[in-house]
Amino acid sequence: MNPDSVQHINVKVFATATAESDAVVKVFHRWIKDTVCPEMLIDVAEYSHVPEGPGILLIAHEANYSLDNRQNRPGLLYNRKIADEGTFQEKLAQAHASALAACDRLEKETTLKFDRNRLEVFVNDRALAPNIEDTWQALEPELKKYFPKAKLEKVGEPRDLFRVAVSAE
Amino acid sequence: MKASNSLWKSKLQGRIAEPLATELDVYENEIALRKHGKIEDRIFAETRLRRGSYGQRYDNGQRSDGETTRTIPYPDVPTKGPNTMWDAPGMQRIKIPYGGLNASQLETLADLCEEYSDGIAHITTRQDVQLHFVHIEDCPTIMRRLGAVGITTREACGNTVRNVTCCPIAGVCRTQTFDVTPYAKAAAYFMLGHPDSQAFGRKFKIAFSGCAHEACGLVRLHDFGCIAVTREENGQLRRGFQLWVGGGLGPVPQQARLFDDFVPEEEILPLCQAVGLVFARLGEKKNRNTARLKFVVSKLGIDEFRRLVLEERAGLKYDPRWTSYLKDAHGHQEEALKPASLLQIEPVRPEGFDRWQRVNVYQQRQEGYSTVTIALPLGDITGPQLRKVADVSRKYVKETIRSTVEQNLVLRWVSNADLPALYAELNEANLATAVAETIVDVASCPGTDTCKLGISASRGLAGELRERLAAKNAELDEVIGGLRIKISGCFNSCGQHHISDLGFYGVSRKKGNHVVPHFQVLLGGEWQNNAGTYGLAIGAVPSRRVPETVELITSRYRAERLDKERFQDWIKRIGKAECKKMIDNFTALPTHDEDPSLFSDWGDPREYSIGDIGVGECAGEVVDPVEFQLVAAEREVFEAQLKLDAGDIENASVMAWEAMLHAAQALLKFRLGIAPSDPARVVEDFRTHFYDTELFFDPFVKAKFAQDFFNAWENRNVKRTVDTTHMLVEEAQLFIEASYSCHTRMTATPAKVTA
Repeated sequence: MNPDSVQHINVKVFATATAESDAVVKVFHRWIKDTVCPEMLIDVAEYSHVPEGPGILLIAHEANYSLDNRQNRPGLLYNRKIADEGTFQEKLAQAHASALAACDRLEKETTLKFDRNRLEVFVNDRALAPNIEDTWQALEPELKKYFPKAKLEKVGEPRDLFRVAVSAE
Repeated sequence: MKASNSLWKSKLQGRIAEPLATELDVYENEIALRKHGKIEDRIFAETRLRRGSYGQRYDNGQRSDGETTRTIPYPDVPTKGPNTMWDAPGMQRIKIPYGGLNASQLETLADLCEEYSDGIAHITTRQDVQLHFVHIEDCPTIMRRLGAVGITTREACGNTVRNVTCCPIAGVCRTQTFDVTPYAKAAAYFMLGHPDSQAFGRKFKIAFSGCAHEACGLVRLHDFGCIAVTREENGQLRRGFQLWVGGGLGPVPQQARLFDDFVPEEEILPLCQAVGLVFARLGEKKNRNTARLKFVVSKLGIDEFRRLVLEERAGLKYDPRWTSYLKDAHGHQEEALKPASLLQIEPVRPEGFDRWQRVNVYQQRQEGYSTVTIALPLGDITGPQLRKVADVSRKYVKETIRSTVEQNLVLRWVSNADLPALYAELNEANLATAVAETIVDVASCPGTDTCKLGISASRGLAGELRERLAAKNAELDEVIGGLRIKISGCFNSCGQHHISDLGFYGVSRKKGNHVVPHFQVLLGGEWQNNAGTYGLAIGAVPSRRVPETVELITSRYRAERLDKERFQDWIKRIGKAECKKMIDNFTALPTHDEDPSLFSDWGDPREYSIGDIGVGECAGEVVDPVEFQLVAAEREVFEAQLKLDAGDIENASVMAWEAMLHAAQALLKFRLGIAPSDPARVVEDFRTHFYDTELFFDPFVKAKFAQDFFNAWENRNVKRTVDTTHMLVEEAQLFIEASYSCHTRMTATPAKVTA
């Protein structure tokens, strides 16, 4: 597979301190009102009643931001929805930068704290990047190039999205 | 929009049954045509609605931020319906006939909700599944992936026969007359795309129940509801149905009327077809507020309605599908994976098991087996949870899964000895909450979260009530624990608020210069007896005060209840005036300055506004069938052009000719009420009714377009070149344009039928 053909790259930055759902909902509504993100922001979806679920989402046209709680591991998730031009490196950099910018803003506006050295990168598209060894073989060098000092580990079962845990060594 | 849509198309080639595969190619082409402005937006809207692709709140590009309404700057491309932005997220409804699901289907739903939606699959009050925040251009891929596991979204919405619902424990129920599953399934697929169900003015809902006294399929709120009954005839027990028609909720709720207390099983499908024909003929088409079947039944009276239906029935041409499924229906029974067994009494049971077993486990009529309910909060389930249910359905049962109208899932045929292990696995995935069918298991429609018509935050309120009630779940006795709460975001009743003990629907009230979200309170609706009684509207309370209202009503019921008095009887006994007094405690509104919290809704910090309420797409507009047929013909010309571009002259010319033929048939159907299928007859009838009468003549070129049609017919066997095929495709396009014009002229000045 050609890594540059991969789209819909997601980056999740794990949280070390959480915040009340209501506070996060409020912040996301304010982001829409004040147009604080480069994406076209549309709505807020609240799923904090679902254990280990998608949490609270800020729905946008190009990407969703969410305080995600899958696997009971809260974190800021940037989920790229529309396809981007450029190389894998450029697309990963865009998703990573967007996630980090959202973390910065959330830390300022809520009690949330994030560990920027603990991430997950995944591809939200099973046709482009199934969670199999071939995908790992194709994308590991790219991920190593982007995170040269990090420990990378492919995680999840074959039915999952292709997912890689990234942590500082 | 996903970059992998074309990949899926080739990957799933040959894995989707016909005619679904072709239908999906057609839908993809229609999306392309609409995007290029080649189909009118209102027609495209009905097209997508009939495939379950629905609009969502804010898709008109306007959203209130609590202070002012702002424009969402969607790109300037054609709309996907009147005032509906192309790129605005929408909802995809997925029909699950009788709620029946298998493991592969759950896994596909899991993948889809992660890749195209927001990570949640939502079970609806009609046993459907909904995905929210979906892009219109991803819908054909979603449908292909569903099609590959045997699911269609066709007619999940629009003026069509909606998902056929059925009691989720049919076949394993201890009190059923017989298993209605095969009948529900047969009705769903018989009516799907049936020509006699394509000209409704509004939706049409069908339900099946195995017995009269349980809730089962909620037959009495349906257009066509069937309750299993048997009758002894000549010493033989004969199967049939008590048939109820013309029920419905919404702003004018009406209980179904008894059409017949015994319809023999072989008559149920033809009668359904006949009811559909009467509905299509006499149902209101212009005013959607009075277009449901219930208004036809009310207007005519049940006796006249029955007479008309039986008259239609007598004229129906025999269809083998009416009875072909019956040979398997009598012996039908799902199979268990494991042998029946007793629950082993273990010294140490998993924590929480006993309560879960008491609340969520139903002992089947088949000894040694249970049906387990997986209670989902507000009907929501994640991708990993769906995969977990798929896994346990393979491990403990033969993938015998059903969705329920209470927005849950059930696993049938669990061998009793497996219950502790199953509980442990479900619990690990947060799927073993012991609240099934209790007051905690609040049902709700999407409300203002995503619905364009929502007035108040039904899901926000449902979540709040669920959280509060769950906190004291263990201490709720059977008296209160057994009550039901159902909530709708508006009067349209998608949350089925009329048929619960405590029902709520969204309304608004004004206080000074502010609007305040409220819920109208309905008390005493009956879930049992197939939705036997509708609740009594008492008055509206501010949204934020509903939890206190629930607390007061339930406390008083517990305190004042006489012996085993049911909630409905207690409400009746204390009377409407006393009920009103109860809620009056909560209706007073402070000013905005005194308590601004009342001026926003649950789960939404914005100051409440009704400015976001849009135009409903519940069933779209009523589009004349001739317009659909002309759009289809236009699409065929488009496809003919694609074939020609690809050098496939033979198929291009065939498709161009067929496009002309179909357009001619559409006009004949409109003018005569019937169109022949034999091409020679179509040409002959077209000549008589449109050429000889000059009805088809263009004001400028007169007979040219009709002449092109006749020439195409005469030269149909002549071998064509690239040039002559190119000309034929162009002529076909012009013929369809002329057909549109002719239809416009005919509808502007109604022509006399000359048949």
